[in-house]
Amino acid sequence: MSLPGQAVPSLMEEFLEGIWKQNPVFVMVLGMCPTLAVTVSAMNAVSMGLATAFVLVTSCLLISLVRNIVPSEVRIATYILIIATFVTVVDYAIQAISLAMYDALGAFIQLIVVNCIILGRAEAHAAKNPPMKATINAVGMGIGFTIGLFALGSVREIFGAGKLFGISLFGPDFQPWVVMVLPPGGFFVLGGWLLLFNWLKSRTPPAPAGVKVSEGHAHV
Amino acid sequence: MSESLSSIFIGTLLANNFVLAMFLGLCPFLGVSSRLNTAVPMGAATTFVMVVASLCAYGLNWLVGQFHMEFLRLISYIVIIASAVQLVEMFLKKNSPALFRALGIYLPLITTNCAVLGVALFQTAREYSFLQALTFATAGGAGFTLALVLMAGVRERLNFSTVPQVVQGTALSLMLAGLLSLIFMGFAGLGASAE
Repeated sequence: MSLPGQAVPSLMEEFLEGIWKQNPVFVMVLGMCPTLAVTVSAMNAVSMGLATAFVLVTSCLLISLVRNIVPSEVRIATYILIIATFVTVVDYAIQAISLAMYDALGAFIQLIVVNCIILGRAEAHAAKNPPMKATINAVGMGIGFTIGLFALGSVREIFGAGKLFGISLFGPDFQPWVVMVLPPGGFFVLGGWLLLFNWLKSRTPPAPAGVKVSEGHAHV
Repeated sequence: MSESLSSIFIGTLLANNFVLAMFLGLCPFLGVSSRLNTAVPMGAATTFVMVVASLCAYGLNWLVGQFHMEFLRLISYIVIIASAVQLVEMFLKKNSPALFRALGIYLPLITTNCAVLGVALFQTAREYSFLQALTFATAGGAGFTLALVLMAGVRERLNFSTVPQVVQGTALSLMLAGLLSLIFMGFAGLGASAE
């Protein structure tokens, strides 16, 4: 990175913003629509996260490059077209790499187009910043999003199927909580994570991470 | 392909409700559902856009098929939806400025409402005929409105109750959505099966 010394920490901040301070899933609660549905297992969640991250990074880079050329009246339409193009690329790429994964994610890959995070970041960040900064921010956001989805998908897979990445965790006697892999489970798990973060924020000493589970018991 | 219209309608309205079973259109569901009097018009506007988008998507799908340019399908869908939203926006701005202001940012955001694009994509994936697609879009919109109204009703009541501070905000909305979704699971098996 051959940038002025002063810019380096700010780039680091840009990078970390999406992972922690402005995490798209847990802090901004954006872009859940096409993603809650596919987080029934950790593998699906990570694939979806990576696909979204790819679209996010490439479209933020391109939008940042053309930000001074596009008139502001048609900017949203331009962003959407750019995003749709990259989503088409991802759609065909996943189809070529793994047909099984393509079938599992189904139409939800194409629904990445309307993922609020991508348009949100394009409008709020990429349209105002130079390519380098926009890309780094988008990479951070993409990683943060993937982590968020993994947190959802792993919890749902652990409780709903007793597995993680397809590997059985509790042995054959485990009675899966079917509700976790059904639609209500998606809402409960995300709600539970938000609750955990609220709770952590509301008290000063760091708390043990057992809240999530007891929360799950209370509702399921 | 051979699903009857009534089974598509009931199935999409209740058993596979767009919001509560398929997670489509969550952003407006959580954003606009705090008051009943904005929930209904928002649902109506979204339903209208859905039906228009569904009709156009049906035509477009045929068109890109004719020219063997399926890779353009997604891009053309999104352009059609954006135009339909623009139409609704202009109509509302002229005929009901108060409502236009109440809906605020969520009106242009219908463009990025997954439910609308979802209608177009699912009807293509399931190879619905023209009438089936029309029924699917209407039922999807009605289901979206239903979920929005139910949620708004619950949240209006919630304003009068004391809630622990930790739970307030999105976490509570999500828990409520989860409970509603659990209730809608009771409809499972009605009408057309998912996928």
